[in-house]
Amino acid sequence: MINQMQERYARHFNLKEIGLEGQEKLRQAKVLVIGAGGLGSPVLYYLAAAGVGTIGIADHDKVSISNLNRQILHTSADIGRKKVESGAEKLLSLNPEISIIMHDMKVTPENIAALLAGYNIVVDATDNFTSRFLISDYCFRLEIPLIEAGVQGFEGIILTIIPGETPCYRCLYPNPPEDRKAFEGLGIVGATAGIFGSLQALEVIKRITGAGKTIAGILVFDGLDGSFRNVKWSQRKDCPLCGQNPTNL
Amino acid sequence: MKVIVNGKEVTLEQPTSISNYLKSKGVEPQTVVVEHNYSVPDREKWEEIILNDGDNLEIVKFMGGG
Repeated sequence: MINQMQERYARHFNLKEIGLEGQEKLRQAKVLVIGAGGLGSPVLYYLAAAGVGTIGIADHDKVSISNLNRQILHTSADIGRKKVESGAEKLLSLNPEISIIMHDMKVTPENIAALLAGYNIVVDATDNFTSRFLISDYCFRLEIPLIEAGVQGFEGIILTIIPGETPCYRCLYPNPPEDRKAFEGLGIVGATAGIFGSLQALEVIKRITGAGKTIAGILVFDGLDGSFRNVKWSQRKDCPLCGQNPTNL
Repeated sequence: MKVIVNGKEVTLEQPTSISNYLKSKGVEPQTVVVEHNYSVPDREKWEEIILNDGDNLEIVKFMGGG
C-alpha cells in the first residue's frame, strides 16, 4: 500500500515544494468545493488526483445535456443523475485513497454555516451571484480561506481570499449586480472554465502545502486576447464586509 | 492627456468622468466595478470623478459563471 501510494504521488515527491511532507498535508486536508459544474469539474479532478484526503462536494443539481460542453466530471451516461453522485463516482475511480463527502443541497443562509464547518479551505465554483455572496460572507465570518473564480464566455477572474490578510469579495464587488438574473445562463467556453478551475485547484494545493505565494490581487484573463492581467485591487476602507464599519456582519 | 486603463496607456481628448469614459467604450456601468487611483469609489461617484493626466483606472467585469 505504501509503495502504491508512493507510486501515485511520485511526481510530487521530487518537487521540493511538496515532497513527502506536503503530500501528508494534502492527505490531512479537508476541502469543500461548492458547485460540481464547469469550474468544479477541473477543481475536483485535480484535488482528487493530488491526494487531498477529504473532499466535500456540494451541489443540488442533476446532470443535463447542456452541462456537457464544460462540465467534464459528467458524461452523457450521467444525464439525470445527481451531480454529487456522478462526481463522487469519477473521483473515487480516479483516486480510491481519498474520502468524498456528498452534500446534495443548495446553499442557503440557513444551512451554510453547518456546511462549511470543519473544512480548511472552500472553493467557490458556483454559477450565480446569490450563492457567491453568501459563500464569501460566511467564509469571512468563519475565517476560512476562499478561492473565488468566475467565468463568462472566453474570460474569467480568480482571487484568493484569506480573511484578515487580503481584500475580500465585497472589496471587489460591494454588492451583487443590480440585475443578477441577467448574468445567469450566459455563454461559457468549456476550456475557459477548465483554465480557472485548474487555477483554483492550484491555489488550494499551494495553500495546503505552503508552496509559493497565493495570487495577489485579482488575476483577470481575456481568452480572446490570450492575455492574463494581475490587478492589484485595494482593500476598501468602507467595505460592507471587512471594512471599518461593516454592515454585512 | 494620458491615463492608464487596465494597465494600458490611453489618450483622452478632454477631461472625462468615469461614467462618460465607460459610456464612450460601450461599457454598461451595471456590468463592471472600477478602481480609481488604487481606491474603490462608490458607484454613485462615477459621474463626479474626472480622470486626470496620469490617473490609473481598473475596470473589472462582474463575472459569476461557473
